[in-house]
Amino acid sequence: MPEALHAEWAKLRTLASTYWLLLAVAVCTVGVGTAVVAASSYQTGSHQDTPKLSLTGMDLGQAVVAVLAVLVISNEYSTGTMSVTLTAMPRRLVVLAAKAITLTGLVAAAGVIAVGGSLLAGRIILASKGFTVAHGYALLSLGHGPMLRAAIGPVLYLVLIALLSLGVATALRESATSIGVILGLLYLFPFLAQVVSDPAWHRHLEQIGPMTAGLAIQATTNLQSLPISPWAGLGVLAIWAGVALVAGGILLRVRDA
Amino acid sequence: MTTTVAPYRSEQPVGRDGFAQLLRAEFTKFRTVRAWVITLGVAGALIVVLAWVTSPHTGVCVVGPKSPPICSTPSAPSVPVGPGGEAVVDTFSFLRQPMIGNGSLTVEVTSLTGAIAAGNGVNLGPDGQVPNPTHPGVVPWAKAGLIITQSTAQGSPYTAVMVTPGHGVRMQYDYTDDVAGLPGTVTQSSPRWLRLTRVGDVITGYDSLDGTQWTKIGTAHLTGLPDVIQAGLFVTSPEDNAGTNDSSASLATATFGRVHLVGDPQNSGWSGQVVSANHESYFTLPTGRNWFKQSDGTFTVTGSGDIAPQVSGGALQGMGETTSLLASGTFGLIPVIVLATLFITSEFRRRVIRTTLTASPRRGRVLAAKAVVIGSVTFVAACLATAIAEAISRHVLPANGNYVFPLSTLAEIRVILGTGLLFAFAAIGILGLATVLRRTAGAVAAGIVLFVLPFILGANASSPAPDWLMRIFPTAAFAVQGTLPRFAQVTNAYTMNNGYYPLGPWVGLAVLCAWTAVALGAAMWSIRRRDV
Repeated sequence: MPEALHAEWAKLRTLASTYWLLLAVAVCTVGVGTAVVAASSYQTGSHQDTPKLSLTGMDLGQAVVAVLAVLVISNEYSTGTMSVTLTAMPRRLVVLAAKAITLTGLVAAAGVIAVGGSLLAGRIILASKGFTVAHGYALLSLGHGPMLRAAIGPVLYLVLIALLSLGVATALRESATSIGVILGLLYLFPFLAQVVSDPAWHRHLEQIGPMTAGLAIQATTNLQSLPISPWAGLGVLAIWAGVALVAGGILLRVRDA
Repeated sequence: MTTTVAPYRSEQPVGRDGFAQLLRAEFTKFRTVRAWVITLGVAGALIVVLAWVTSPHTGVCVVGPKSPPICSTPSAPSVPVGPGGEAVVDTFSFLRQPMIGNGSLTVEVTSLTGAIAAGNGVNLGPDGQVPNPTHPGVVPWAKAGLIITQSTAQGSPYTAVMVTPGHGVRMQYDYTDDVAGLPGTVTQSSPRWLRLTRVGDVITGYDSLDGTQWTKIGTAHLTGLPDVIQAGLFVTSPEDNAGTNDSSASLATATFGRVHLVGDPQNSGWSGQVVSANHESYFTLPTGRNWFKQSDGTFTVTGSGDIAPQVSGGALQGMGETTSLLASGTFGLIPVIVLATLFITSEFRRRVIRTTLTASPRRGRVLAAKAVVIGSVTFVAACLATAIAEAISRHVLPANGNYVFPLSTLAEIRVILGTGLLFAFAAIGILGLATVLRRTAGAVAAGIVLFVLPFILGANASSPAPDWLMRIFPTAAFAVQGTLPRFAQVTNAYTMNNGYYPLGPWVGLAVLCAWTAVALGAAMWSIRRRDV
């Protein structure tokens, strides 16, 4: 296992695209988040969940995470490296596990920067937009529980998105199809939930969708109105990721490479 | 002695090097990769299935303690249709007399006031008094004046001149047409004089500040007007919504001076009638005579309603079809993005591009042929799927209790062909993007993000309004599916949620074209300048 990890780490570390994509995760997340925060303003009567608002950029950042995770495996298939990898390390599940672990480390690191940067930008900008203590908005700080959850949870969310994408890409092999399926799966549920008017269906869609359920972790206030509680929502995403990884693992095991 | 051996020459005739051959080659590539044809089929299937799934259901379910929920589907509301086939509102208080043949009608309006309810559809008290809780106020498009109408049936052709509190004197006819007259509001000290004349099918509206100096506002041609028509005073007042979905019923009361009618030889006298389709957005006026008073030849008339085109929003949401086509189109684009990307990147990956460019060294033409082929196949697939999706949603929506706005055949064709063009331009743009990036993953992700993310960001309630996203992103092209016109004379929330796109259909498509042109231009430059 350490050898497999070392090999996978070397593959990822020596690809320029890895660094560009990790940078893109941080830039897209912080960039969109900052833009949304800068465009918002305090309105009397309406209540904003400011940490959630600051993290809007994750809607985009997760797409880059998915690309990175898909490339970890589909690049090997498209270039034919997969045969070499599996010749050197015939225990296929170990290869997949090693890929998952290295990917987790990298995405977690990028996620910390992306989420931390977004929240920091929110902390700096929001006060000047009227979200002040006088209006009932505390400065964003890691001091209190819900806020800490909204800081740690989104990093875990990005990691789970990466694992979901790795599982799907292992099963499908082809990068274009994998990304189409993953982004379709992520974005379909919030989109459908928006257009389905039946409130019960609306709620169910938000409860089972990997993105809609998972992003419940961003919420810090008004938790009763959420379709699913924050940690349970992240659990739903973890189930999606787990199922995708298991399916990918089985197919990797039984199929010819 | 030496013999020269003639070098081998193929018996095959030399192939021609035309654009048609290139098109054929590219089409053969598309046709013979089974996965690509399947991907296109998936796109079509997504359009149809999602249009069906997202056709909203407005049924009401009652959950019993131990029984499965009992759901009832309300029938779709019936909305009157005007002479042009459009959905209309035709609710007003009418003080009428028959007019036979040619004639004219003149009146002085001396005041227009009103009241706005705290909620919807508040009944007027039996004594004609406005019940509490209401507050005094008059909406900008309250209307009081003269009307000549074919009959009192819903959706009849008409012409009216009126005073309004916020938009001066107007002449309106056949629900959609609106012409401005004198500006300003009516007060006791500054009344307005209104006149309508009928000569055959031509009705002319005039206004005046003093009853002697008349100005023509405009003329209306009501073809096929019968000899006996209804003419008289009307008052109506649309809901108070200030351009939002929160609306309250409102009431307007106008005071008229002596009415001068030419054209009723029998002088049958004034009879009052509330012309109404029991619209829940308006006050219900009692059937008695309490809503109008006649004293000394002057009239005080109270009304609630509107004579105008029906818009989507507030009590009547007609956005179902727009929403379902938008949702199905957006997700139908995902397989198309995958397909358009693979159409070029698989050549780069397998190095087939070298063979392609050896056979046809003029690289720009190769890219052009690819663009034509991918554009054509997606156009055909999207047109077919959208035609089916449209038929399904127009059938499912009313069955689910939703109102579907009438749609002319021409508009329907525009929606179908426009969606086809949207898919074609999107596919060509993605082809260009993928040619520049040469990376499958990056191109697919960028394409999906460009087309889907604006909706996701807009859906997030904590984000700013999606309007500007729908103006500048390639998704602006979905405006081509918009079928609900805006009316300056109807205050409404003209938002995406009510089915109104921020751009016109062809302007929206042009936004996508601009994106596609940039992507294709960059691709032309890239494929010519870079080694493969």
